[in-house]
This record gives sequence, C-alpha cells and structure tokens, in this order.
Amino acid sequence: MKVAILQFPGTNCEYDTQHAFKSLGAETEVLWHKSQNIPSDTNLLIVAGGFSYGDYLRSGAIAKFSPVMQAVKEYAANGGKVLGICNGFQVLTEAGLLPGALKRNEHLHFLSQHHNLKVISNNNIFLEKLENNDVVNIPIAHHDGNYYINEEGLKDLYENDQVLLKYCDKEGHSSNPNGSVDAIAGICNKEKNVFGLMPHPERAMEMILGSNDGVKMLQGFLQA
Amino acid sequence: MKAIVNVFLKAGVLDSQGKAVQHALSSLHFSHVNDVRVGKQIILKLDETDVIKAKEDVIKMCEELLANTVIEDYEIEIIS
Repeated sequence: MKVAILQFPGTNCEYDTQHAFKSLGAETEVLWHKSQNIPSDTNLLIVAGGFSYGDYLRSGAIAKFSPVMQAVKEYAANGGKVLGICNGFQVLTEAGLLPGALKRNEHLHFLSQHHNLKVISNNNIFLEKLENNDVVNIPIAHHDGNYYINEEGLKDLYENDQVLLKYCDKEGHSSNPNGSVDAIAGICNKEKNVFGLMPHPERAMEMILGSNDGVKMLQGFLQA
Repeated sequence: MKAIVNVFLKAGVLDSQGKAVQHALSSLHFSHVNDVRVGKQIILKLDETDVIKAKEDVIKMCEELLANTVIEDYEIEIIS
C-alpha cells in the first residue's frame, strides 16, 4: 500500500500525515508540487493540510495551478483515490474536484480545538470501518472552514450519499463551529473516490494526543 | 491600460466580514448603515491597447483565478 502526500509551498501537515500512515504500515512518499506525475504504484493520494501559497487570494486558489494538479486530475479521473485534509479540501474544491467552496468561518475566528463529528454515510471506502451515526473526536484547525454549497448542490450531495461527516456534540446532536451549510465537515464526489474534510484525522492517531479516532478513518483506505 | 476588478461574495451568500463591520459601525453610532459588503479589489496593469480584448482577457482571469464563482461575483472596470 503506497500513500503519496502532496507538498506545496506552505503545506505544513505533510510529515504528520506521513507519520500517521507509516504507523498504519503504509509505504509513503512526500511529493513536491512541481512533479508532473503521480508515482504509478500510488494507492492513495493525500492533499495535506497547511497554508499553500500563504492562502493568498483565497485558500487553495493558487495551488490548483501547480504542475502536479493536472496529474492529480488525471489520477482522480481514472478512479484513483484522493483525500484532501483541511487546506487539501480547499484545494480540491478550488480545482473543481469536489463541489462547493470553503468560506471564512462565520464568526471570523481561527479555530483550533478538538471537535466531535458524526458519520453520516459510511457507504464509501473512507468511512466503511465506522458505522453511520458513530461520533468521532478529531481536531480542527482552520480559518476558512465554512462549507458553502447552493441548495441545488446540497440536494445532489444528499441524493448521492456524498455528505460524509457533520460537526456535532458528544451525543451526536448538531453543533456547528464555523457556519458550514448543514454543519457539513466532510464530503466526497459522486464517484466516491475523491474525499475532502476540514478536520485532521492524522492528528488523532494515538491517545496521548487526546484521541485515536483518526485510525479508524485512515485505515479504511488501507484495505486492498 | 488598467483594469480594476472588484470581487464580492454573491448576494445570498452570508458575508460575515460585512456583518462584523456593520455591527462595528453601529456601535460607533452610524446606525443608518443598512448593509455592508466587504470584498477585494485587484488592480491590473495590462500591456494591451484594445479595450474589448482587454475586457475579454480579464473576464477569463476572473473565471479561472481571481474569483471563485461558486461563492463570488466580480465587476470589471477598464481604464484606458
């Protein structure tokens, strides 16, 4: 199992992500954004978190023109699995690989805290190790995590089972930290091979960090 | 030639910064301010003499990069 992790100027979660996947037994490679190709033995491509290009203009707006992104689009179009975490989610929406957009948090504050998430659909490789309505505790750290999609797009997301995770409290009741439409924290594309979420499962891999719920999430990708 | 591009959140997309500014203005007793929209202005110097061609180019720039048309609208002013 080979996991390739994209690195743009300003990415800062690539090594945490690498550590997380190594701990699950995966082979990993950090891939600089100038690369024109995705290694052919890649089973999972991660667009890691951080502040690509300093979030200039809009989060993820400039990264989408990096040389590697053309290869990412081809990889995804051929059914390759892609996971965007935090800034990676922003990059994937900017690149049109996932629907919607991430706006500035409604109350305008940067959020850095643990938050509970409810599994809305486990009908995908990412969350199939979890049950629907399971609550997981995963850190969030973002300024632009306010997910927006218009009504029509939202209807499509629900109809195609693309809403994966929502922000909630310990009991699973809705608790929206950033103003996201329907408290959505993570989605996937129609084909269910491109995934994006604002929370950081790679930061919840062992109890000493406050939660190991990220293990169950990332493990989903590691089955053949 | 110069192009001035104004980018704003679409009507109907909540502008939290605008709301915060409006709230601050109202605490300064400018209570007659009904609505505030915060956007960004991008000023481009263009090596182009044809106004129509320049505008076409800037529209492409907005669609591809300068605005995210999922959430934002843009206005272009060309100054020759």
